[in-house]
Amino acid sequence: MTEIMFWEAVRRAHDEELAHDKMVIVMGEDVGVVGGTYKATLGLYDKYGQERIIDTPISENGYTGLGIGASFLGVRPIIEIMSVNFAWLAMDQLFNTAAKVRYMSGGQLEAPIVVRSPGGIAHQLGSQHSARMEKVFMGIAGLRVVTPSNPRQAYGMLKSAVRCNDPVFINEHELMYNMKGEVPEEEYFHPLEGSEVARQGRDVTLFGYNISVHWCLEAAELLSKNHGVEAEVIDLFTLSPLDREGIRNSVTKTHRAVIVEEAEPAVGVGAEVMAILNEECFFELDTAPVRVSALNVPIPYNHAMEKTALPDANDVVEAVRRMFGV
Amino acid sequence: MKIDTKKRLLREMLFARRFEERCYEAYVERNIGGFLHLYPGEEACAHGVLEAADADRDYVITSYRDHIHAIKWGADPRKVMAELYAKETGVSKGRGGSMHIFDVRNRFMGGYALVGGPFPLAAGIAKGIQMRGGDEISICFLGDAANNQGTFHESLNMAKLWNLPVLYVCENNHYGIGTRIDRSTAVVDQYKRVSGYDIPSHQEDGQDVELVYKAAMKAIRHVRSGKGPYFLELMTYRYRGHSMSDSNAYRAKAEERMWSKRDPVIMLRDRLIDEGNMTADDFKDMDTEILDYIENEVIAFAEQSPEPHISEVERYVLAENDPWVRGGGAP
Repeated sequence: MTEIMFWEAVRRAHDEELAHDKMVIVMGEDVGVVGGTYKATLGLYDKYGQERIIDTPISENGYTGLGIGASFLGVRPIIEIMSVNFAWLAMDQLFNTAAKVRYMSGGQLEAPIVVRSPGGIAHQLGSQHSARMEKVFMGIAGLRVVTPSNPRQAYGMLKSAVRCNDPVFINEHELMYNMKGEVPEEEYFHPLEGSEVARQGRDVTLFGYNISVHWCLEAAELLSKNHGVEAEVIDLFTLSPLDREGIRNSVTKTHRAVIVEEAEPAVGVGAEVMAILNEECFFELDTAPVRVSALNVPIPYNHAMEKTALPDANDVVEAVRRMFGV
Repeated sequence: MKIDTKKRLLREMLFARRFEERCYEAYVERNIGGFLHLYPGEEACAHGVLEAADADRDYVITSYRDHIHAIKWGADPRKVMAELYAKETGVSKGRGGSMHIFDVRNRFMGGYALVGGPFPLAAGIAKGIQMRGGDEISICFLGDAANNQGTFHESLNMAKLWNLPVLYVCENNHYGIGTRIDRSTAVVDQYKRVSGYDIPSHQEDGQDVELVYKAAMKAIRHVRSGKGPYFLELMTYRYRGHSMSDSNAYRAKAEERMWSKRDPVIMLRDRLIDEGNMTADDFKDMDTEILDYIENEVIAFAEQSPEPHISEVERYVLAENDPWVRGGGAP
C-alpha cells in the first residue's frame, strides 16, 4: 500500500487503462494540454497523444453523444465533465441514448462509456457551480452510478468502469481531489456494486456516500467519545443499484438508521434508503429512520449561508442525539 | 446509371412505398401501436444516397422515420414489420418499435427518437472508424428541423475539427412536424448553414433518384478519401403527416399537388417507360408482385411470429454477468 492523493489515484487508473487498451480514450474540456481541471489526466496528453486524450469544445451534449457513438464501434471513452452542473446539458445523450440503447435495440448495441464528474459543493462557487445530481442519475434504468469516498475506490472503480460494458457515471467531489489515502501498489479493480462497512458499530447505522462518509466517520468518533454511542458507518459507494443486502444487514444489527447526504432531501439517496428499509427490514427498526440533508435551497454564495445550507458532522451528531435522547 | 440499376431502384422504391402504405393500414387495424412516421414521398433520398455507399462496410444511422433506411441497408423487411408488430422476431426483438429499428449486423446503427440526437452519435461512429484505421464512412440521415438543435452545431464543429469521416444527409421535407421551415428557421437553405464550419455542402433535388445518387457519389468520395465531413441537402416532401397522429391540416392542397407531380417513384417509372426500357404492364406486374410479397411474406411473418416472453421484460437493461461489476474480471 502507498498513500497517494485522490487525483493521483484517478490519474493512475487512466494511465493504466490507456496503456492496457488502445481503444480507451479520454474526452473532455481541458483534459489534454492542461491535464484536467483537477489534474486527473496530467501528463497523459504527452504520453498518448491528441487522438486519444481529446480536448473537446465546450459542447457537453455533443461530446458525450460522440463518445457514445464511438463506443458502438468498440471505443472505450472516459468522458470527464468538468463540473456536474454542466452534465445537465448532456442528460439527453446520457439518458435517452446511453441508458436505453441496449434495451431498445433488443441487446444489439451497448454504450460502454464512463462519465466522471465532480458532483459536490466546493467553496463559494455559487448556485450554478454547486449542483448535486446523483439523485437524478440513480433514477435512470440502464445506467450504473458509483461514487468513491477515497483514493482506493476512485482508482479501482474507474478501472472496473472502463472495462464494464454498461454506461457508468462516477460521481466525484471537488473538495476530495487532494485527500490522501492508501491505494494498493498492485493493479486493483473495485466492484461497481455493493457497499462497505467503513466503521463497525452496534447502536446505530450512519449511511453515507462520497464526502458524507467522512462526516459520518467524524460524527461516529464524536458520538463514541462524548455520548457512548457506537455508530456503524456504511459507505454506499454504489448509488445504482443500491446495495439492499448491505443496508438490511447493518440495520438488522443496529436497528437504527441515519442517512447523510450533501443533496437536498427530496427524491434523494436518503429517501431511497428509507424506502429500502421499509421494504427490507421494517420490523428490525426500533425507531423511525432520519435523513440529514442539505436545505432545500440553491447554494448561496455567502460563506456563512453556504455552510448553513449544507450538513456536517455536527448535524449528524445532533440527529443521533435526538434519536437516543442523549 | 445502368438500366438494370435503375430498374432495381424502381423496384426498391416501389417496395418502400407499398411497405409504408401497408404499415398505415396495419396501424389503422391496430396491429401497430405507438407513433408511426412514414416515408412516402422521400424514397429517392435513402435509395439514392445508400446506392452510392458501400453496403458491406459503411455505417448508417437515422431518426425515427427509419424503416426504409434499415431495409435499404440490408434489414429483412419481414423482421422490420415484425418489430412494428412488437414481436420477438422483430429486428429489435419487439422492444424498440417503429422509431427504434436496429440491425447492427448490417451496420444499421439505429433509429432514434430525439430530434437531432443522432448527429453526435454519427460523429462518434466516425471517430471509431478513424481509430480503427479503416476507410468506412458514417452516414447520418436527419430532417431539416433537426438542424435547429444544438447537437447539429456541436457535431458539425467536432466533425470538422477532427476531420471525421461522416456524411450528413439532410432530408429537407420543409416541415418540422407541423411548422413550415420558413416559420421556424432563419436560413431556409440548409446547405448554407454549414458554411460556418467550413464543411463542403451541396443542395440537390431529392425527388430524382439519379440526381441524388450522383450527388451522393461525389459526397461519399470526399468523405472516404479522408477529407473530412460533407453535408448533402436533399429537397423532398413527405406525403403523409409527420406521424399518424398528425391531421396534416397545416399544408396547402396546392403545395401537396405540386409535390405529387414530382413523385420519385412515378418519375423513375415514366423515365424508364419513355426510354423504352419498361412498359406500363411491366410496372403493374412489378407492383402486383410486391403487393403479394408484402401480404404473403412480410405481413404473414409478422402476424404469425410470437410475442416476446413477458418474463424477459427486465433483460437488456444492463450487461448480463459482466465480471467487472464484481471487480473480479481478472482470473
